[in-house]
Amino acid sequence: MITLNVNGRDHQVDADPATPLLYVLRDELQLNGAKYGCGMGQCGACTVMVDGAAVFSCLTPVSLLPGRRIKTVEGLGSAEKPGVVQRAFIEEQAAQCGYCIAGMVMRAQALLEQNPSPTPTQVRDAMSPNLCRCGTHMRILRAVDRAADAIKSAGVDLKEAGNVRTG
Amino acid sequence: MSAPVEDIDGAKTADAGLAVTRRQFIAGGGALVLSFSLAARALAQDKSESGGDTKPADGKASALPGSLKKTPELDAWIRIDANGAATVFTGKAELGQGIRTALLQVAAEQLCVDWNRIGIVTADTERTANEGYTAGSHSMQDSGTAILHAAAQVRELLVGLAATQWNLPAAQLVAQHGEVRAPDGKRIGYGALVSGQNLHVSAAPTSRLIDPKTHAYMGKPVPRVDIPAKVSGGAAYVQDMRLPGMVHGRVLRPPSRGAQLVSLDSAPASRLPGVLKVVRDGSFVAVIAAKEFQAIVAVDALRRAAKWTDGPALPAQQNIYATLRALPSEDETISDIRNDGGTGVRTVNATYHRPYQMHSSIGPSCAVAWLQGDKMTVWSHGQGAFPLRKAISDLLQFPPERVHVIHTEGSGCYGHNAADDAGGDAALLARALPGRPVRVQWMRVDEHTSEPYGPAMISQARATLAADGSVAEWQYEVWSNTHSTRPGSAGDLAAGPTLATPFTPSKPQKIPQPEGGGDRNSVPLYKFRNSKVVHHFIPAMPLRVSAMRGLGAYMNIFSLESFMDEMATAAGADPVEFRLRHMEDKRAREVIQAAAARFGWSAYQQARGRGRGFAFARYKNLGAYLALAMEVEVDHESGRIRVLRVNAAVDSGEAVNPDGIRNQVEGGVVQSLSWTMFEAVRFAGTRILSRDWSSYPILRFGDAPGRIDIQVMERPGQPFLGTGEASQGPTAACLANAVADATGVRMRELPLSPARMKAAIGV
Amino acid sequence: MPFPLLSPRSKLGRAGLRTAAFAFGCAALVASVPGCAAPGAEGAHVTPVSPLSIDDALVRKGATLAAIGNCASCHTAEHGKSYAGGRPLATPFGTIYATNITPDPETGIGRYSSADFLRAMHEGIARDGRHLYPVFPYDHFALATPADVQAIYAFLMTRAPVQVQVPRNHLPFPVSVRGSVALWNALYLKDGVLQPVPGQSAQWNRGAYLAEALAHCSACHTPRNLLGAEKKALPYAGGEADGWHPPALNRSSAAPTPWTSEQVYTYLRRGSEDAHGLAGGPMAEVVSNLSRVPDDDVRAIAVYIASLSAQPAPIAKARAAEGSSGDAQTVARGQVIYAGACASCHDGGRRGNGALDLSLSTAVAMPTPANLVQIVRNGLTPAAGERGAWMPAFGAAITDAQLADLAAYLREHFAGKPAWKDVAGAAKKVREEQAKLSQASAR
Repeated sequence: MITLNVNGRDHQVDADPATPLLYVLRDELQLNGAKYGCGMGQCGACTVMVDGAAVFSCLTPVSLLPGRRIKTVEGLGSAEKPGVVQRAFIEEQAAQCGYCIAGMVMRAQALLEQNPSPTPTQVRDAMSPNLCRCGTHMRILRAVDRAADAIKSAGVDLKEAGNVRTG
Repeated sequence: MSAPVEDIDGAKTADAGLAVTRRQFIAGGGALVLSFSLAARALAQDKSESGGDTKPADGKASALPGSLKKTPELDAWIRIDANGAATVFTGKAELGQGIRTALLQVAAEQLCVDWNRIGIVTADTERTANEGYTAGSHSMQDSGTAILHAAAQVRELLVGLAATQWNLPAAQLVAQHGEVRAPDGKRIGYGALVSGQNLHVSAAPTSRLIDPKTHAYMGKPVPRVDIPAKVSGGAAYVQDMRLPGMVHGRVLRPPSRGAQLVSLDSAPASRLPGVLKVVRDGSFVAVIAAKEFQAIVAVDALRRAAKWTDGPALPAQQNIYATLRALPSEDETISDIRNDGGTGVRTVNATYHRPYQMHSSIGPSCAVAWLQGDKMTVWSHGQGAFPLRKAISDLLQFPPERVHVIHTEGSGCYGHNAADDAGGDAALLARALPGRPVRVQWMRVDEHTSEPYGPAMISQARATLAADGSVAEWQYEVWSNTHSTRPGSAGDLAAGPTLATPFTPSKPQKIPQPEGGGDRNSVPLYKFRNSKVVHHFIPAMPLRVSAMRGLGAYMNIFSLESFMDEMATAAGADPVEFRLRHMEDKRAREVIQAAAARFGWSAYQQARGRGRGFAFARYKNLGAYLALAMEVEVDHESGRIRVLRVNAAVDSGEAVNPDGIRNQVEGGVVQSLSWTMFEAVRFAGTRILSRDWSSYPILRFGDAPGRIDIQVMERPGQPFLGTGEASQGPTAACLANAVADATGVRMRELPLSPARMKAAIGV
Repeated sequence: MPFPLLSPRSKLGRAGLRTAAFAFGCAALVASVPGCAAPGAEGAHVTPVSPLSIDDALVRKGATLAAIGNCASCHTAEHGKSYAGGRPLATPFGTIYATNITPDPETGIGRYSSADFLRAMHEGIARDGRHLYPVFPYDHFALATPADVQAIYAFLMTRAPVQVQVPRNHLPFPVSVRGSVALWNALYLKDGVLQPVPGQSAQWNRGAYLAEALAHCSACHTPRNLLGAEKKALPYAGGEADGWHPPALNRSSAAPTPWTSEQVYTYLRRGSEDAHGLAGGPMAEVVSNLSRVPDDDVRAIAVYIASLSAQPAPIAKARAAEGSSGDAQTVARGQVIYAGACASCHDGGRRGNGALDLSLSTAVAMPTPANLVQIVRNGLTPAAGERGAWMPAFGAAITDAQLADLAAYLREHFAGKPAWKDVAGAAKKVREEQAKLSQASAR
């Protein structure tokens, strides 16, 4: 048994310690946000946060994670009460098929927690590990800008705002 | 409104002839009404459109609009429950194009019900009409039109029922918020009205539509209903399905197409934790495990243990165009216009090339299948639930009524990718483990190497300018494989030909004009005095190919619109003016002028290293009109293209959801830029070398345009025109034209990769 | 000896600056004063060449030589225009920004005559007479023929001029005093164009010339002395650059299997080679630049480099980074990490795109964990839109201690060698260096 802290709550997980976090989130904790895209860290569909930084959950064995804080898109808010970044994505209608979007939201969240007012180049650089095939890039960039504006105007600390405990 | 992100196909229509009565008319009791049945009808070989049931049952021309032609019963499209809630049924599928939202907007508007009182059921072989494939930018044209009229007619029926009940003239009554109201304030809900009524009636050819001026939903940028779940981890995709007792399968795909399994010691894999079963049928090998990662570890073990023959050699990549040209072709003159001898003063020739390119969805294909008793249910994100049912019933040797296919949203597909293949895989594994739902997802390398690609193509253009600077003679030829090998039969699924008793792939077929396949959009919309267009259809397929967003339109519009610029240059004319000189279609002229105006074409100041381009097309010459202009900068040292800004104008007919149209066009532009700047499938020997994103790079954020601006033309009351694929071709040509303006170099071979650009512009 | 005509001189490499601080200190004490100029001071003020008068063939030749010389790597900032400078080169005592070498007259080299340019390349003296810091490897370029330097000049003068002032260097006194470089030059800069070695093939000699006079391979692949100069006695015994360990190319190479010239060629062309590994860090930029170089020249370099490992050469003393075998628990933890994070690409029965069998990996077998730490933490990805080997960055997922566990397993299982000492410390150092560099880039 491994203890994982996901979205602020400890979970006892019965999984081989080599199992990548992605499969534990999906199969054991029934969280859908992180998606399998490539299993090679090339697309970012599986992006979640560990101790405030964006990581590829498809390549992060759970043996690395006891004692660390894991945050998934479910931890930012819900469809009914979306978090700041999620709301920005909804307001910009920044999705087509949407398969990449939970990973995009997490990548953006990690960026904005570190740097609440990134330059356009910093946003593109930070988002570039994540791929979108539908071509939603312009809306995603606008959603990140919108979230940054929202953070500024509301004076929220993204690290604390709207965290949702799941599980 | 936004149409499907997909392409077409035709040819292999599913089992349209089946008499299937799903929900019998239910009256009394709770009062739910509108039943629906799909009447037995002649099995028509439908080669048009999206291959769906759009031909009338009797085979005669029908006056009914959209998909009502094939499925005229109103209750096949709209159902009202006893509590007044409305449900829309569409045979089309949500592919990320926002079709659910757009169809709901249409239905809510015409039914006069509130947004929160209406739901939608998408493609399901036991619940919805058979609308064939969600492809070819057809969803709004076919299903949207059917639902528009069905909803309006159901509303009128309900008003008529109230009129009868109250003994008032129908003209005095109004439908609002899901009820019918009388001038004296009397009101009755739809639920109460339908109680005990049989509304299983055929549609009429015309409908009383709601006045566009009073629209509450249509024409409004209604937020998409699916996005909140997608940004918050809701169960949105087939990939997210979790059924009771569900297990996970992984298939060991052959290392190259046609490779045969020689030997396999499956014992080590069988002993791994969680492994329930290793399935082997000929060269089809798969493993089923309790947990997903266990299945992945086990299939890797199987891979290490398997020995294969090599498949047939692929052609040498550097000679691929010559190889294709040397294959036998079926040649067809699809357009030949002769007016006069037209004395030309100058002739221009050009040849264009497009490599194999792939869909490469971010989410590898997935399906869930469950054999319960003798009934196989398959949840699939394929584009055609009914055609897939036929393929799977062949594959399993089950009669079609024992196979139920339910479309469940997946990652974007952009055409015929491996979604159907995964459905076949899941069905085979579920048959091997009866009673347990089996979820199968492809691995990334399998998706890249085994999905059917968009075909490599060659085109040749030749035109002569008259002394007055107009085109006197235009000739265009295109060489291509088929653009649809969609499953109509088991042999078209990846697993089919690998089984011990193999299934043979269907014979490749052309998609006929006016939509066309490899020749889609090969006939110019411009008016030339003389023109001739020839399609060379190449049946033999060195690589597995099929429909990819836009089909031949991507290459043909790239060629035609590049060549228009080459001709404009030869004529010493401005590219926009030169296009207008040859364009009579009023709506086409308007989008051209709108895009040029938004870009600021006439006042453009060229800076060093920068240039502008323009392109236009009407998708399929039947769908949306789209024109765009862009400014690029080409880095002389690296050959890298930076797209600074894009201005587009699109005419989709009546725009049900203008923001949805913008989203589709933006997405199409960016995706086409990715294809056009970076993408080519690589292969050598027997193997595909494009195995993942490192060997098949696509556009990332750093290469996204600086800005994209889209004007949606206002066309209230006009028929819906499919938009989903309208931007692919024009974007490619626009980029090449802008690059030519910036560098003086005309690029005629795709992609315009940094290395190729650098080689072309020199030191 | 790999190359008998090599002069005992050094480029002050990026990482070499740490040791060179000492040299600057001495020089300043002895000789230099702020503003002290080199002899010959101002350039001859000859009117620079007009781009239109430059012969196209010469420009093409210059493009190839500039690519081999790797000019673009240092002289292009992230998101910056090619050759417009501004890339920060972090050093222990400050930051040096690469100069703008586009032909802009105000901020670039637009006013350089061909003679000014030759003096800069051969003597490290700018047009205005200032000494250039030896982070610019003029000690290597001094071996190039004037005709080749002329071709590079023709190439650079035909680039688009970019007007951009690079940031000021942030160097403390006395390193800030450029005159201090004079002393270093007196010690390490020697005259003389490289001459062919009789008895070697024309291809080998071509490769030797390109590698020594232009590509300056040894600047990174040779260890440095206390004054920051390449150790004459240990050519190609492995060095240091940007926090990476450019591996030994001589007989002391840690590569589990020896390099053939064909393999070196593949590596230089593709950026990865299935029996050794992939080009990371500064070497990735070298490979990217070589993509502009004709096959013949790349093959020549490969022949020369492969010959280094066949010649007898003194072996550098082990860096004492190797410790004892990892303890069983550490190795077991590392094995789990490998299974979950690495095996899917490196061990899944279908490798590709650089996913190496780690028993062949030079990075795992070499005496220092520097490269393994770099590549695991930071990954390695091709330029956007281009194909290439791919390794994801694990920096955010893996702690320094966990990286040490992984390293212990890889060393024991794949290299059959004792664990490295203090991998966690090396990982911490890489993190800190990166933080510094990203600050400098943000200026």
